[in-house]
Amino acid sequence: MTAANDTSVSIQDLSLNFGAVTVLETLNLDVADGEFIVLLGPSGCGKSTLLNCIAGLLDVSEGRIFIKGKNVTWEEPKDRGIGMVFQSYALYPQMTVEKNLSFGLRVAGTPKEEIAKRIARAAEILQIEPLLQRKPAALSGGQRQRVAIGRALVRDVDVFLFDEPLSNLDAKLRAELRVEIKLLHRKLQNTMIYVTHDQIEAMTLADRIAVMKGGVIQQLDAPQTIYNRPVNRFVAGFLGSPAMNFIDGRLEDAAGGWRFAAEDIKIPLGTYDFAKPPAPGPVTFGIRPEHVSLNSGTGWPFSIAANVEVVEPMGSDTLVWLKLAQQNFSVRVTSERTPKNDEAVTLGFDPMRASLFDTATGTRI
Amino acid sequence: MSIADITAQASVAAGARQEIAGPYGPKPRRMISRRNVFLYGTLFVMAVYYLLPLYVMIVTSLKGMPEIRLGNIFSPPLEITFEPWVKAWSTACTGLNCDGLSRGFWNSVRITVPSVLLSIAIASVNGYALANWRFKGADTFFIILIVGAFIPYQVMIYPIVIILREIGLYGSLSGLVIVHSIFGMPILTLLFRNYFASMPEELFRAARVDGAGFWGIFLRIMLPMSLPIFVVAIILQVTGIWNDFLFGVVYTRPDTYPMTVQLNNIVNSVQGVKEYNVNMAATILTGLVPLIVYFISGKLFVRGIAAGAVKG
Repeated sequence: MTAANDTSVSIQDLSLNFGAVTVLETLNLDVADGEFIVLLGPSGCGKSTLLNCIAGLLDVSEGRIFIKGKNVTWEEPKDRGIGMVFQSYALYPQMTVEKNLSFGLRVAGTPKEEIAKRIARAAEILQIEPLLQRKPAALSGGQRQRVAIGRALVRDVDVFLFDEPLSNLDAKLRAELRVEIKLLHRKLQNTMIYVTHDQIEAMTLADRIAVMKGGVIQQLDAPQTIYNRPVNRFVAGFLGSPAMNFIDGRLEDAAGGWRFAAEDIKIPLGTYDFAKPPAPGPVTFGIRPEHVSLNSGTGWPFSIAANVEVVEPMGSDTLVWLKLAQQNFSVRVTSERTPKNDEAVTLGFDPMRASLFDTATGTRI
Repeated sequence: MSIADITAQASVAAGARQEIAGPYGPKPRRMISRRNVFLYGTLFVMAVYYLLPLYVMIVTSLKGMPEIRLGNIFSPPLEITFEPWVKAWSTACTGLNCDGLSRGFWNSVRITVPSVLLSIAIASVNGYALANWRFKGADTFFIILIVGAFIPYQVMIYPIVIILREIGLYGSLSGLVIVHSIFGMPILTLLFRNYFASMPEELFRAARVDGAGFWGIFLRIMLPMSLPIFVVAIILQVTGIWNDFLFGVVYTRPDTYPMTVQLNNIVNSVQGVKEYNVNMAATILTGLVPLIVYFISGKLFVRGIAAGAVKG
C-alpha cells in the first residue's frame, strides 16, 4: 500500500517505546501536499519525538512513514527530502552564515555554481544577504533563526520540519517571525510540520492542528473547529487564553428539553448541537469567557445572577471573575463595560457556543 | 520629589559628608584587613614552599663543586658556571654510555610524540562515538573502559611484558608507544565523551539532517569546536608520558631508555663523587618539557577542564 498522491507525509501505525515507556502509540497522520500542520501539546506529549521520527533522527518501534509516496521508514535523514529548523537554531558556530547554509550542499557534492545560486535565492527570500560573511555569534536571535530556516531552504526539500523554532525568542520577535513563517509558507507552498506548545502560534499558522497528549493525537482539525468544538476536555482546556470555564453538574431531561443543572443554576440547552445522543448523568459544562455576555438584557432564554469577585483589566478588554455554583467563572468584556467589584450582574450566552463533556471520560457529548 | 530636589540633596550630602553621620557612597575597603592578611599570607607561604626547592636547584646547578662543598645551599653562586648543564646534557655517564641526557631526551621525544598523537586520535573518536552515536552495548563498553582507569598498573606489568615479547616488540620504542596509548585510553575517552556530550545535541542532529555521516560530523563539526579539550588531552598526555618512569624502565633497553630513567641512573650512580650541580641541572632539564607545556597552554587547560566538567 502506498499513500495517495496528494499526501506529502503519511504516518501509519507509528509507535515508539524507550524501554518500557511508550512515547508514541499507534499514531496515524496524513499531511496533504502544501499543508501547514501544527503539532500542539504540553511538554512531554511526544510532539517533538514525532517530529524526530519523521526526520529520521529516531528509529521507530512500530509502523512506517511515507514522504512523497516513498516509504522512508529506514532511510537516513538526508534521504528523506526534509529540512529541519531547531529551537536552539543549531547553527555551526565555527562557520560563517554562508558556510552554514551551504554545508548540506557541500556534503552532497553539489557543484559550486549551483550552491551559489541557491544561497543567493535563500538569502534574498529571508533577507539575510548582508549577514552572509558573519559568524553565528555575531547575529541576533531573530537573524539566527532566519539562517536556520535558510539552511532548510537551500536544500530544496519537500517538507519543512520546525521544532519549536520561536521558543527562544522574545515576545515581539516571536510575533514578527510568526508572520514571516506564514508568508514563507504562502510563497513556497511547501508542506510544513511545526511543533509548538504555544497555542497562538498554532492558531495563527496552522491549516490543521494536531493536539497531542500522552503520545496520542487527541484532535486533528482546522484551528477554528478545534477552538469551537473541542472533542474532549483536555483539548478544550489547553486551547484558549484565558482558559475555558468549566462547571461540573448534571445533564437532565426536563419538560422543556435537555438542560444542564448545577446547584441552583439551570441552563436549557435548546440550541446545543449534541455530538452523540444525550443521556442523563454527570457532565462538565464548558464555555469560553468571550462567549458570555454580561448584563445584556433579555435576549437569552435564561439568565444567571452572580456577583463580581475580581476584575482584571488587560488593556484591550477586561476579565471579570465570578463564582457560579461555587466554581470560578470568567467573562471577557470590553473595557468600557467593566463592572465594579461586588456588583451584581446577570450572565447570558448562546448554548450553541458551549461544550458539554462527559465528566467521567472527558469526551464531548 | 523633583529631580532638582534630589540633586540638591545629593550635593549637600557630598559637601557635608563629615558633618552628616551615616554611610554614604561606596563602602570603604581596608587594605590590611584580617581577610586580606590571611589570604595573601597563605598564598605567600604556599608560593615560597613550592618555589624554594626550585630556587635551590637552580642556584646549585650554577655553582662549581668547591662552592657546593661550602654548604651554603641558599646563597647565590659566587661564580656562575654552566659547566654542570653542559655535562648533564652531553657527557654524563649512565652505565656504558657517556653521552649525557641528550640520548634520553631524544628517546623521550620519540616515545612521547607518537604516543600522544595515537592515544588522542583514538580516544577522541571513542569519546565522540560514545557521546553521540548510541550504539548497542555503549554503556557496557564505557563501564569497562572506566574500570580500566582504576586497575593498578603494577598488576598489568608482567602480562604486558609477555604480550610484547610474543609479538616481538619488547624493548622497542614502538612497544612502549603502544603501552602508553592503551593506558591513556580510559581517562582520555572519559574526557572526550564528557566534552562531546556537553555540546548541544541539536547541532549533531542538524548535521545529520544536512547529510553528514559519522566522520563528516566528527571532522567538520565537532573537531573545529573542540580545541580546548584537545589542549587538555595533549597536556595530560605529554606530562604523563614524559614523566613516566615505570613503563620506561620496564619496557625499554638501556639504549632506548627515556629521559626519566636516564636521569635516575645519573643521579643514583653510586660510583665516584656525587656531582650535585650536574644532578640538579639534569633534573631541571628533564622537567623542562612539561613546564614549558604548562606555561604555554595554562589558560586553555583551565578552560577545557571546566568545559568537560559540566556534564558527566
